[in-house]
Amino acid sequence: MTAASPVLPQLPKAPTGIEGLDDVTDGGLPRGRPTLICGSAGCGKTLLSVEFLVRGIQEFDEPGVLMAFEETADELAANVTSLGFDLKQLQADKKLRVDHIHVDRSEIEETGEYDLEGLFIRLGYAIDSIGAKRVVLDTIESLFSGFSNQAILRSEIRRLFRWLKDKGVTTIITAERGEGNLTRQGLEEYVSDCVILLDNRVINQITTRRLRIVKYRGSTHGTNEYPYLITEQGISVLPVTSLKLAHAVSDEIVSTGVSGLDEMFKRRGLYRGSSTLITGTAGTAKTTLGAAFALEACRRGEQCLYFAFEESPQQLIRNMRSVGMDLQPYVEQGLLRIEASRPTLNGLEQHLVTIHKLIGEFKPACVVIDPISNLVSVGSITEVRGMLTRLIDYLKVQGITALFTALMSGSKANQEMTEEGISSLVDTWLHVRDLEGIGERNRGISILKARGMAHSNQVREFLVTDEGIRLLDVVIGPAGIVTGAGRHTQFLQEQALALAAQQEVERREREVERKRRVLEATIANLRTEFESVEEELRHVGQEEQQRQQDQRQARQQVAQGLAPRPGGTSAAEPTNS
Amino acid sequence: MESEEGQAVAGAEYVLHLYITGATPNSARAVQNIKEICERYLAGRYELQIVDIYQQPELAREARIIAAPTLVKRSPGLIRWLVGDLSERRRVLTLLGIEPDPNDPYLHG
Repeated sequence: MTAASPVLPQLPKAPTGIEGLDDVTDGGLPRGRPTLICGSAGCGKTLLSVEFLVRGIQEFDEPGVLMAFEETADELAANVTSLGFDLKQLQADKKLRVDHIHVDRSEIEETGEYDLEGLFIRLGYAIDSIGAKRVVLDTIESLFSGFSNQAILRSEIRRLFRWLKDKGVTTIITAERGEGNLTRQGLEEYVSDCVILLDNRVINQITTRRLRIVKYRGSTHGTNEYPYLITEQGISVLPVTSLKLAHAVSDEIVSTGVSGLDEMFKRRGLYRGSSTLITGTAGTAKTTLGAAFALEACRRGEQCLYFAFEESPQQLIRNMRSVGMDLQPYVEQGLLRIEASRPTLNGLEQHLVTIHKLIGEFKPACVVIDPISNLVSVGSITEVRGMLTRLIDYLKVQGITALFTALMSGSKANQEMTEEGISSLVDTWLHVRDLEGIGERNRGISILKARGMAHSNQVREFLVTDEGIRLLDVVIGPAGIVTGAGRHTQFLQEQALALAAQQEVERREREVERKRRVLEATIANLRTEFESVEEELRHVGQEEQQRQQDQRQARQQVAQGLAPRPGGTSAAEPTNS
Repeated sequence: MESEEGQAVAGAEYVLHLYITGATPNSARAVQNIKEICERYLAGRYELQIVDIYQQPELAREARIIAAPTLVKRSPGLIRWLVGDLSERRRVLTLLGIEPDPNDPYLHG
């Protein structure tokens, strides 16, 4: 939607200001030309036209004229008050003129030649009196019920469209859908510039509204059928491309309500304003996880809106109480609001209208939708996707942290729906599943993706206990992570192994002790031996000393004996001794 | 302002307003026709007002005019819109609740 190709002059367009319609028409309706809007009863033709005028006045300062053939000005004003359009005020401000063209067969008699100049004059007068740029003729076909001369009517209607074009006003002409034809009176042959078809279709007893641009001369346009809503703020067409991705983001983290699960995220929780999807097969505690999230939000003192498409509020409260999560006090405090309805109660668009409306009223910080997959039963996959895109976008723009659950059946089709349809829209995707082993099922949770946050890659087993959800520690067996009875077996095995190891250690310690003692004994022996050797050695030494002494004495005695005691010597001896 | 008060009679039995668009052929014929009818059948008991909605477009809305020319019969009886140039004399007379005069040369015209 950027300003591209400035070379060729673009067909001038008058933006409608209607949400989404300007995207589909690539800028609006052809300026200064008539556009035909056809559709069956109750699909919002009048509403769309009125909104075109009101938005034209409010947003583009283009005054408008409404020629109402079917409703009086008062009826019309009353009908659109609920959308916040104050037609009376706009008329008082000379921005809008509503002219009711009363056509009643019983009051009109034809008495000769005539034309519709009266209509032209009224319209011309209305346009000139306020300088109107936009005109709505709703529904010009009513003329056919009041006048019988078809030839005159047709030529006059042709002349009217030509005249409107010459006046340069952007015109919407509404017409009833006809059998086989776009319109009952074949008006499409007079309006060649732009034809928009509104459709109110019932499939499987459920009504959805769709819009399609049948033709738009001189302009590119979306060719699909686009679902549209009639909301509190008027018409909202939902092309997927209307996602502008320009919402503010928060860096704040909110808890999932399950502490173990928070641990799996690096920043211990989810970003505020992000959207999270929990998918899983039946009975994998998706609702419990959703309720835990809601409960945690309430504990933080935030308002939370819980859409339950499977259970009644009472049932939900009872069931959650059984796992130790008491929602009742928060419901009483007004922090938690549980809205339960069967998905098939309304059409898809109606659900979204309801959701929009409640969010607008309640202004929650957190929203839980449990489950969105049930909505699939209401519409086709593409429709649901379009709607959810818009819903998620809406929630993000509002800064609401959202959690959706989705049931996945084993079949591939449904899984693809989730993968392609929604997962690209959500920021965080948690998957809960049955870890089916021999004779048992265990629940495992894993994070498939978490935008902007590192997260655990493990499949964590969790239990739904009396105190809520508890994630179990990771146990790694020989073949990966083990759960359930396997976990138990693994645990016992590990215990046995640990015991064995313990015993081994003790045995070794004893062995060492024994060896030490043997060693010590040996050392003692050796020492004893050494001592005896030493003793003996000392003994031998002493004997040797003794012997040498004896020898020396003997020698001295011999020497003295050979020379028997000379005086000199004997006289000298006392002096020496 | 071509608003022409032809033989206005206070509290007249017939109150007729003819809305025309200038001097278009249809309008001219309608004026001629209604004047003749009034003179022939309703002399002295009618009030005829001719309004040119080119001149007074705001009156077209009040009188709920779509086609032109249109004769609005306000009384007697219920209000009726007689659309066209009023050249179907017999039909016009019937709608106005007037017994046709067999001598009316336009009766079969």
